[in-house]
Amino acid sequence: MMATEILMPALSPTMEEGKLAKWLVKEGDKVAAGDILAEIETDKAVMEFEAVEDGVIGKLLVPEGAEGVAVSTPIALLLEEGESVDAASAPAPAPASTAPAPAPQESSAASAAPAAPEAPDDPQIPPGTEMRQTTVREALRDAMAEEMRRDEGVFLMGEEVAQYQGAYKVSQGLLDEFGARRVIDTPITEMGFAGLGVGAAFAGLRPVVEFMTFNFAMQAIDHIINSAAKTLYMSGGQMPCPIVFRGANGAAARVAAQHSQDYAAWYAHVPGLWVAQPYSAADAKGLLKSAIRSDNPVVFLENELMYGEAFEVPALDDYTIPFGKARIWREGTDVTLVSFGIGMKWALQAADALAGQGISAEVIDLRTLRPMDTATVIKSVQKTNRCVTVEEGWPVASIGNHISAVLMAEAFDWLDAPVLNVTGKDVPMPYAANLERHALVTAQEVVEAARAVAYR
Amino acid sequence: MAKTKSTPKTNTSGEELRAFYRQMLLIRRFEEKAGQLYGMGLIGGFCHLYIGQEAVVVGLEAVAREGDKRITSYRDHGHMLACGMDPKGVMAELTGRAGGYSKGKGGSMHMFSREKDFYGGHGIVGAQVPIGTGLAFADKYRGNDNVTFTYFGDGAANQGQVYESFNMAELWQLPVIYVIENNQYAMGTAVTRASSTPELYTRGEAFNIPGEQVDGMDVLAVRDAGRRAAEFVRAGKGPYILEMKTYRYRGHSMSDPAKYRTREEVQKVRAERDAIDHVRDLLLQGKHADEAALKEIDKEIKAVVNEAAEFARESPEPDLSELWSDIYAEAAGGAE
Ligand SMILES: Cc1ncc(C[n+]2csc(CCOP(=O)(O)OP(=O)(O)O)c2C)c(N)n1
Ligand SMILES: [Mg+2]
Repeated sequence: MMATEILMPALSPTMEEGKLAKWLVKEGDKVAAGDILAEIETDKAVMEFEAVEDGVIGKLLVPEGAEGVAVSTPIALLLEEGESVDAASAPAPAPASTAPAPAPQESSAASAAPAAPEAPDDPQIPPGTEMRQTTVREALRDAMAEEMRRDEGVFLMGEEVAQYQGAYKVSQGLLDEFGARRVIDTPITEMGFAGLGVGAAFAGLRPVVEFMTFNFAMQAIDHIINSAAKTLYMSGGQMPCPIVFRGANGAAARVAAQHSQDYAAWYAHVPGLWVAQPYSAADAKGLLKSAIRSDNPVVFLENELMYGEAFEVPALDDYTIPFGKARIWREGTDVTLVSFGIGMKWALQAADALAGQGISAEVIDLRTLRPMDTATVIKSVQKTNRCVTVEEGWPVASIGNHISAVLMAEAFDWLDAPVLNVTGKDVPMPYAANLERHALVTAQEVVEAARAVAYR
Repeated sequence: MAKTKSTPKTNTSGEELRAFYRQMLLIRRFEEKAGQLYGMGLIGGFCHLYIGQEAVVVGLEAVAREGDKRITSYRDHGHMLACGMDPKGVMAELTGRAGGYSKGKGGSMHMFSREKDFYGGHGIVGAQVPIGTGLAFADKYRGNDNVTFTYFGDGAANQGQVYESFNMAELWQLPVIYVIENNQYAMGTAVTRASSTPELYTRGEAFNIPGEQVDGMDVLAVRDAGRRAAEFVRAGKGPYILEMKTYRYRGHSMSDPAKYRTREEVQKVRAERDAIDHVRDLLLQGKHADEAALKEIDKEIKAVVNEAAEFARESPEPDLSELWSDIYAEAAGGAE
């Protein structure tokens, strides 16, 4: 047998590249299967990377500290005992491994995502305010930390939120700052801790209940709807329920049907709830702060695939965003694209593509689904006379259906084409890579819908 | 009925030990290969490996009969291999290919085999427990003497639906064996941080369900406890709880940095309690096999696993029409 290339491993469902943080072996070391070779920093964490076979480390192909090393790049050569590096590399001088150091930089430059679209001016941000690049993950954490500093009654509870620092690292650092009384690891008992949160809220505290993902909130949905959403009404206004249910919503990557579902339309259906599904980091922060201060129960839908995306966030002491106010991300004259959450990504990409085809799209981020700012949508459609909605959820009884109905009732005379809804496909999410790609919304589908309503 | 901690006292044969060795090794090598394929990007999403826990499922399958059913969580590859599902079909499901048990649509966490009475593969923690109870309900309804092995984790043991199931199972004397695979962690949470009563085999007490704590790293102890449980349950005396004390060597899933325990803790279990090493020692000491014979088995298993990996890489992606199939049943059937 000849030398085996050890490849940069994929260490999480969403990892495409990583940093070779530390080599724990050197050339010439004998290793056994299971020995740790290196520490690799992924998009979420620092992971130990183990040898899968016995052998001798022949050559380290990527230096310690290299960033942006693409998954599957050869990072070392593993030799059989007694074999020499020369002999090993002779038969297969893999071109990819000859220049490992520059390669990662290249790939990171090439894959550097186009900078996040610039957010439109926000009247709430005074001119001259410093803007900081912040990931959605950090923005959510900052919002919770600020509200916890401000109000002693605010606490965070959920699975792995404390010692593990959050399954998706959203609550990083909160245990350190606020201690175990206010940052609480729960058993895996969603129905129990959601109900417990409701009770604590009735008693005047302000719980933030994290669901590891909203797929698991289905275990607890009775408390979200029957206990949290309806009690103010049933008590004749005596018993508000100031609670936030938050967590990742929607499809992640290749985690199949039970772990990939968008609940926007489900919760938006329920009177008594407020529902937010922010897209940008600034909105995530401002809306979460408002959610925590609200006396209403709030369902706050995040997205795992957005956690690592950076946007500008104003460096203000107290930046809140009101519920029920959409944000116009891009002005246009030919068609209105309405979306929210990760759907905004496809809407904005589509708007770019449409601009290249001579179609000017106005892009509206609803930001909150209940209350929903339909007035902004109507106003836009009065200008463009056309509308396409974009969302990840299923087509039947979708948010898009609702907007279509509102436009039909209130802007019928302005419409020059039927409103089209671009949605996820009407199937449970498949696991296979090719099927999953087809199940999800694409920017191309948005472009096609926009062209269809523009009759172009 | 009393709750007990079992003391392993067993007799066995060379033949049985060799079979255990083979089956456990198959699971371990299969899982190591799955880990490699994940690292290469051929498997995506969540992938929860069973490495370390092999003795649990192998020991219990030894007491299963034709028609017995099994159901478990997302940590399901070992259960599928142990009940005789084809490693090729399992691996191809992991790579999301047409040759997989769910045609690539379910993935690592969601596989099923009607032929082998394997009812999944469930991604929602605890959800398989009432479903397994329902499988047992069907056996009782039909009046046969089959049992259902309902596996769940120490973390799942805190879900409310587990106790709703316990109550119904005892109330209606359902033929179900609840197997709590206590590998001591639920993701990053140690049992003692999540359970007010960490002795999980006592969790049926309030319902009058007998429970036993078993060394889940000792395949013979597992087999014996399984035998006692199955006998009890088949006799129509209602459900039985087996708490298997076991350990997972790898992270919770592929993306778990596992900072909640020390490297030494894992190494110590590996060195002192490994289920496969244990059987290996019994084989050698009892002169049921020599090193050469074991090497031969290792080689065979390696070949089976490589063949599965090969199949899983070569099998084509599912046809795009599969996106729209299997959402509804074609025929409207009634009860058999
Ligand atoms: C209802 C629900 N909540 C949370 C999760 C996320 N989750 C997946 S596995 C897991 C830990 C389960 O631990 P345990 O039951 O001990 O099983 P093990 O993974 O150790 O086999 C968690 C919290 C889930 N899948 N379903
Ligand atoms: Mg566990």
